[in-house]
Amino acid sequence: MQLAVWTYEGPPHVGAMRVATAMRGVHYLLHAPQGDTYADLLFTMIERRDARPPVTYTTFQARDLGKDTASLFQNAARDAVERFKPQALLVGASCTAELIQDDPAGLANNMGLPCPVIPLELPSYQRKENWGAAETFYQIVRHLADTSVRPAAREGRRPCVNLLGPAALGFRHRDDVREVRRILDLLGIDVHLVAPQGASPEDIRTIGAADFNIVLYPEIGDEAARWLDKTFAQPAIRTVPIGVGATRAFIAEVAALAGVDPAPALNDPSSRMPWWSRSVDSTYLTGKRVFVFGDATHAVAAARIAHEELGFTVCGIGCYNREFGREIRNAAKEYGLEPLITDDHLAVEDAIAAAAPELVLGTQMERHIAKRLGIPCAVISSPVHVQDFPARFSPQMGFEGANVIFDTWVHPLVMGLEEHLLTMFRDDFEFSDAAGPSHLHGSAPAHNAMQAQMQAKPEPVLAPAGDILIREEAAPVAASGGSSGWTDEATRELHKIPFFVRGKAKRNTEKYANEMGLAAITLDTLYEAKAHYAR
Amino acid sequence: MSPAQALATAEKPRDGGLQVLRERGQREVFCGLTGIVWLHRKMQDAFFLVVGSRTCAHLLQSAAGVMIFAEPRFATAIIEERDLAGMADCHAELDRVVDRLLARRPEIRTLFLVGSCPSEVIKLDLGNAAQRIGARHLRSETGEGVRILAYSGSGIETTFTEGEDACLTTLVPEMPVQAADAPPSLLMVGALPDIVEDQFLRAFAELGIANVGVLPARRAGALPAIGPNTRYILAQPFLGETARALEDRGAVRIDAPFPFGAEGTAAWLTAAALAFWIDEMHINRVIAPGRERAKRSLERYIPALKGKRITFLPDSQLEIPLARFLATELGMIPVEVGTPYLHRAHLAADLAQLPEGTRISEGQDVERQLDRVRADRPDLTVCGLGLANPLEAEGLATKWSIELVFSPVHGFDQAGDLAELFARPLRRRDVMRI
Repeated sequence: MQLAVWTYEGPPHVGAMRVATAMRGVHYLLHAPQGDTYADLLFTMIERRDARPPVTYTTFQARDLGKDTASLFQNAARDAVERFKPQALLVGASCTAELIQDDPAGLANNMGLPCPVIPLELPSYQRKENWGAAETFYQIVRHLADTSVRPAAREGRRPCVNLLGPAALGFRHRDDVREVRRILDLLGIDVHLVAPQGASPEDIRTIGAADFNIVLYPEIGDEAARWLDKTFAQPAIRTVPIGVGATRAFIAEVAALAGVDPAPALNDPSSRMPWWSRSVDSTYLTGKRVFVFGDATHAVAAARIAHEELGFTVCGIGCYNREFGREIRNAAKEYGLEPLITDDHLAVEDAIAAAAPELVLGTQMERHIAKRLGIPCAVISSPVHVQDFPARFSPQMGFEGANVIFDTWVHPLVMGLEEHLLTMFRDDFEFSDAAGPSHLHGSAPAHNAMQAQMQAKPEPVLAPAGDILIREEAAPVAASGGSSGWTDEATRELHKIPFFVRGKAKRNTEKYANEMGLAAITLDTLYEAKAHYAR
Repeated sequence: MSPAQALATAEKPRDGGLQVLRERGQREVFCGLTGIVWLHRKMQDAFFLVVGSRTCAHLLQSAAGVMIFAEPRFATAIIEERDLAGMADCHAELDRVVDRLLARRPEIRTLFLVGSCPSEVIKLDLGNAAQRIGARHLRSETGEGVRILAYSGSGIETTFTEGEDACLTTLVPEMPVQAADAPPSLLMVGALPDIVEDQFLRAFAELGIANVGVLPARRAGALPAIGPNTRYILAQPFLGETARALEDRGAVRIDAPFPFGAEGTAAWLTAAALAFWIDEMHINRVIAPGRERAKRSLERYIPALKGKRITFLPDSQLEIPLARFLATELGMIPVEVGTPYLHRAHLAADLAQLPEGTRISEGQDVERQLDRVRADRPDLTVCGLGLANPLEAEGLATKWSIELVFSPVHGFDQAGDLAELFARPLRRRDVMRI
């Protein structure tokens, strides 16, 4: 048994729902008890979809168990097909139905339904959401693809591709597809289909007509892409165009495979991120320590951008999906780090606290962790909350995605010029750490602490302690001075250091004192350490 | 005819002509685990450990999404493949998880092992486990033990608020025995936000009811005593099993409408006071100021709500008393009032006040019910989070039912807030030019 409070991934049938909900003309019959319908709200509330997911839950109860849950399933199948008239019906079981072993596939196949039935075997006690999405998409492609369909003769037409992987509830999938379509258009390449997002079973039937595939989200699309390669000899582009460098590599690979000139896309004048990053205000970004955690694809991309395109120092990298652990291990090796591959958010919290980063790039879980630790954070990967489904165009992929990423990651940090002003005025009586960076509201660490104090609840909402979720002691970064060994004088001096570098100063001083075998940290130790690390 | 249709049979009129449409099909409601979201805030030294699947953990996370950065006293022990292989190992694993949990949380006084669909289906006996683990943790060195209790919040057995019913039912045997010669005492039953609970306790004190206990108590050590001299009054309409357990211990129920709005709250407090032979003049004197305040707070919502048609989809079992409140105190017209389960005895006083012709439905076949909503086109539909945006997209105004469970809505001083919850979606439609 695994003790969990928050989870990065839902059960695998939620992955199947993400695929079914993204498509048109499919319906998913889920053998499940009452209560599993909660998953609908992920789509209607978090993603703000205006229609219910195309899912029927058989809703069996305890009193049905001894009797006939199988006929309940068949009745629900008949009703759903009659009401929704899907072009294909997905059938499967949630975790509870898996235990009662009713065999949804066999039951549905014996009914002579007027549409193709695609059975899904998603082992709930072994696998998770991303795997469920990938397996579902693969099964749909395998069942529906017409293996006699081949690309038309190449002469006299533009090359065409399939975009694989975008699904419902994905992080910026809607906008990534639009941006990648724009790139392909600049290259003179047509999109044959996007799947699962927006594809119907009839579209999937013709999937073999494309010259090659582009796997935008390997977590969801790679399984199907491998089968397509084997079956149709459709090669796949697996470079994910997140970041300027990756986008350039992506364009080059796509252009080479399609036999077109990459220049029109490479010379896109809307690529502003490189200049924004080279301009002098960005100098202060140099060496900022960032901790990266998310799904493997987004984490690897984020680490590369942080390192190569923003001049940050990657001080931690990890992912929650073990299936893609190899990618994270390779990346970690590049940055000389131990990879963190876990779906235990407590372990992630410990690792972030220990690494004491100046910026956290993660999922909504890391956003909450960072908030507790008082560290700025930007979201780079699912799972995300409602505010990460913006109304505006906000891709992660392509040059526009890189522009968005620059803005999003730099925003939580103290701005360059402002950093000087804060230092200049730090002793001014009107200046207070509690004010935090001027462009941030409410997310500044000092501000949170104040809020937490003001809310005299038995359990402070923003500054909890002593709970199972939290390490037993206070966070090292958030705590400012006062730890054993610090003299009062040194602690006071530490407090004069602006809050955004205070954690680093404290950490370095303690490390220095430790190395030197000093029991007490005095004013001298503080400045000795500063000189030591300045070298 | 589909089986759902076959089950959707109207009962023969009885109970004074009350017709109930019974339906069976897909239910768009939470399971009983969801109650943990408010119960763990209410019982401050209790921890809720769900023994279930990744789905259970994901449900709690999604339902409690708004509270994600509050520190919860709940968690899920996720059953994995190897736990299914052998039951002995499964119990050993559970013991390990609980020991680790209690070691890290020494302040916990009550641990609820909460059964789920998977744990019920594999027949993991959590009652047994609670006894086994409880025996080990009963006497710690400090002399204070941890009480370990078990209940089921599974979707195959409980619908949404029935989880609280199941939880409170397990607390009843833990209540101390009242002395045979104890003076009469009042027990208020049902989890209420602290602020509302305190208001009611002040009202009971002013009325002159001396001994008042609350179930659930905020702390494990504060469980009130119970016996034949206990009169209990339900503050929530979904506590059928708890009521039965209380009666098994001799307590007697005070019949009353539920305390929503000026009239509901007045009737509820009056019923409690009359059970203690308190003079009616005194009762009226004590209640009048609150009742007047509540009426004033409701008055400003009457223009917006009067004559508006409302449908409740089944969710929390609060639907009948809320429809009563909206109909009699604000002049709304209930079209269909759906409830997952209809407890006729407990709801008799509210049912009797529903306007004639109100369609009452019990259970759910969500597709057929939505067909009726589309045909009825009420001005406001009260529904769960999964249905709200899709109905809004169809042009139907909605109110999320979950807010009615999570926010303070009982009593005189919340009457206006309760009306506001229904008025806001309508007002928003009026002000928007988009």
